[in-house]
Order: sequence, then structure tokens, then C-alpha cells
Amino acid sequence: MQNQVIYFDHAATTYVKPEVLEAMLPYFTQEYGNASSVYSIGRSNRKAIEDARETVARCIGAMPTEIYFTGSGTEADNWAIKGTALAHSSKGKHIITSTIEHPAVLAPCEFLQKQGYEITYVPVDKDGIVNPEDVEKAIRPDTILVTIMMANNEIGTIQPIKEIAQICKKHGIIFHTDAVQAAGNIPIDVKDLGVDLLSISGHKFYGPKGTGVLYIRKGVKIENLIHGGHQERNRRAGTENVPGIVGLAKALELATQNLDVHYEKLYKLRERALKGIFDKIPHVRLNGHREKRLPGNLNVSFSFVEGESILLMLDMKGIKASSGSACTSGSLDPSHILLAIGLPHELAHGSIRLTFGEANTEEEVDYLVDCLAEIVDKLRRMSPLYEDFIKGECGK
Amino acid sequence: MMYSEKVMDHFMNPRNVGEIEDADGVGQVGNAKCGDIMKMYLKIEDGVIVDAKFKTFGCGAAVASSSMATEMIKGKTIKEAEQITNKDVLEALGGLPPVKIHCSVLAQEAIAAALEDYRRRNGLVEDTRYEGCNGCCGGCGAYQNEEHE
Repeated sequence: MQNQVIYFDHAATTYVKPEVLEAMLPYFTQEYGNASSVYSIGRSNRKAIEDARETVARCIGAMPTEIYFTGSGTEADNWAIKGTALAHSSKGKHIITSTIEHPAVLAPCEFLQKQGYEITYVPVDKDGIVNPEDVEKAIRPDTILVTIMMANNEIGTIQPIKEIAQICKKHGIIFHTDAVQAAGNIPIDVKDLGVDLLSISGHKFYGPKGTGVLYIRKGVKIENLIHGGHQERNRRAGTENVPGIVGLAKALELATQNLDVHYEKLYKLRERALKGIFDKIPHVRLNGHREKRLPGNLNVSFSFVEGESILLMLDMKGIKASSGSACTSGSLDPSHILLAIGLPHELAHGSIRLTFGEANTEEEVDYLVDCLAEIVDKLRRMSPLYEDFIKGECGK
Repeated sequence: MMYSEKVMDHFMNPRNVGEIEDADGVGQVGNAKCGDIMKMYLKIEDGVIVDAKFKTFGCGAAVASSSMATEMIKGKTIKEAEQITNKDVLEALGGLPPVKIHCSVLAQEAIAAALEDYRRRNGLVEDTRYEGCNGCCGGCGAYQNEEHE
């Protein structure tokens, strides 16, 4: 297996499924007309976009007129947050979010803070879950937006979105959820959840990169983010990425149809890896909630060793994994999410994230466990922390 | 993260990993909070470093820097070893990504800390702690055997 690429980083991105690519291809070479044009190849593109909108709406329980295509999940988050802030600043300038959001939510909040908005960050418990009561307690008369992610990108924990949405509704506050990691992994029904705004990204469920969706519930007022032409019913300017839109819709359709099978398969792989790791390697910690987590997410900390070293050695064995969020790999600070659930710095430094996908096999998981056991042992042998620990144990 | 071939070689096949039971100087720098700890053991005879070993908790660059540093000081006199800077370690490794330069600095500091310990054990130095030092950085090795944060 050493010469193969074994990919356990599906929360970072996924490959595009063949059926999805096939659906996209005609819109690059044959049906390339501008969807705003009157001639036939433009009109067929218009139809493709509207069909895609209907598909996406059906998959998440929305109306087609509530679906807006964007250039990424990050853009959808930015639009939801800045758009709400701009449209409702006369009511107030207070926003509530959590300590474990993705940078696509945290950075717009920090930007707004510089513009005079106030941000409250509600904490999470040791499993990485937001307590809805904390959200309610943080609400003030000038609160205009609550934004809490549906599922976390690093530790996979699933948040009590329905409960938080009910609280927001009771107080007349707009509620946004970043469902980028949730979409394609767990069911999403916007009406059942009761959310006002919801973000999705195409490349997390075997669709193309550079595609996203913002669901805007009918009647919710938010300002536009990207100004220009009249695309997306005057809400999001820019010539539509027709192949991308078609691909996102196809991928979401497939994901929704296969959700039960997908969930079961990833859950089994995850549990197999978890059991293998805990059986073979001592001094390991599971990060995030044991059950309330995405089926394919496993985040573990190995005491006395450092995460990047583990990843490099896994890479040499053909295994692709991640340490914290891939977006922060250029920085030296441990993940803000792992610190938020109370991990000490050294354990946060020793964490890796494994996110399983549909093409992974049990054999690959077993190979991963064997490699991890060997690597962690090798790194511990050269770790002064482990040396201190062993000497401490012997001295007892 | 792009590492040079040399860095990957020293990371995957680190030289001189381990402890020296009867070391003449031991130095430890860095802290777990920052994600890097280097511990260096030296065997010194007649002013020459005859053996060097290390243990490191840290990223690929930290392990490679430790491995390279031990290779560079073996067979050198104390004076020669002291003149090895982080730039020399960097150069020998074929460079490091900008965010990892501090790993080479840590290697230089680990050598200095181990040599400092050697001198102290042999009564070759006065207490070098500067006024106001609380030992938190660990860089000088002065607080080697004392409890501090």
C-alpha cells in the first residue's frame, strides 16, 4: 500500500465524482453561452442554472427562490454575516458566534468588529458543543445576528442548531449556520432546523471547488455583498459559473440520495480506526464528542509527540491526513478549536485529524492504524517529554 | 509545508537520537506550549566534543535541526562548537521555510545550553544569570536543574 495515495482528508476537500464531472463537461465546451443572453445556448444555460437551483432547494427543504449560488462556502459565510450586519445596523451592532467557528466566519466577525460592531463568542464544553442557554444569555436588545456552525471542521461535533434557531426566533434575531462540513454527511432540512441563513460549499461532498450556496429564508433581509450585474435575481453579481453550479447540484443530489449508505460506511470506517488506534497506541485522547459528530471525522491527540511530525511520516507512507485545519498549517499556533475544548498546548500540538470518504476501505484503515502505531512509537522514542514521563513512572 | 530533501532525510533518518548516560553536559531549550523542546547530551574529552545525542519533541524542522546540529558539533572543540550559529545549521539543511527558522535557532541554543551545563559542572563559570532573569526562556541553561515554568 506504500506506493498508493491513501486519502483521509475529506474534510479539507473531496475528489469530484465521475457522474458529477460528466454533468459539468458540456457546459465548458458546448453550452458555453452566457446565461443572460437571448440566443439558444444562453437560454439552455439559464435552464441548467434554474434546474440546479430546484435540485439544491429540494435537497435542503427550501424553495428555489431561497437558493443563491456563490463562489465558495467562504463567500456564503461572508455574505450572510456582513450582509446581515449592514442591513440591520439601525437595530443594533451586536453579533453572537462561537469560539470554534471556521475562519470564514471568525474573520468577517473580526472585520465587523473593526467597523464598530461588537462580537460575543459563546464557549463550548469539553466535547466542543455549544450550550443553547449560553446563546440565549448572550442575547441583548441590540443583537442582530447569531452565527453558529452546524458541524465543526476539525473535531466534527454537531451543534444543537434546532434549539439555537428556536431561541433566535423567539427573540426575533437572524440565525445563520455554516453547514459547509455538515452538507452531504448528515441530513439538512432548513424548515425543520428553523434557520434563516445557511452556507454550503460544493467541494466538501464530491462536487467542484469554487462553488457555494447561501440559503436565504424568504422574508429575511440582508444586503448584497458583490455588486455588478443582475445575476442571481440582483442579489449576487458576476456571470454564473454554470459548470460549477450544475456540478454542485448534481453532487448534492447524489449525496442526499445516498445519505444513509454514506453515513453507515463512514461511521464504520471511523469506528474501526478509533478502535484500532486505542487498542494499539497508549496515551491517546479522542477530541470532540464521542457520538454527536460527523460520521467520517476522527480527531485524536497523541501525548509526547508533535502533529506535523506524524503527518510527515504518514505522508512518506502514502497516507494523507491533516493536523487541525489545513487553513492554519502555515501558522505555528495550535488550533483555536482544540484550545477552546480545553486541551493543553502540548496535546493540541500532538493532534491529527482523519476524515474518511466513500472510496476508503477497511484495508486502508488497518494500514493507517499499523503505520500510526509505528510512527508514534518512533517519535516517542526521540521525545524528551516521553523520556521525562517514563522516568517519572519508574520513580513512582 | 515544503521541506528540502536534506531536511526530510534528517527528519526521516535522524542521526544521534538518544541519551548519553554519563553525559558531561546536558541542555534543554524550548517549551511544550510552543510545540518544540530540544534536549542535547554532550560527551566532552580534553575540550573536544566526542559524542552528541539529542531528543526532540517538535515538528519535522525541529527534528532535522537537532540531527544536523549534533552532526556538526561532533569532533569539534568547545570553542569551534560555540561558533556554530543557526545560519550554519540552516545552510547545512538547505534552508527551512520562514515559519520554521526558529527551529534552527533552538538548535544553536541547545548546543549553548549543553556547553553551559558542562562549564558549570566543571566550575568553569560564575553564575551567568542576568539581573531579573526568572529562568523562563531556558535559553541560557542557567536554570537547567531548577523548577520553573
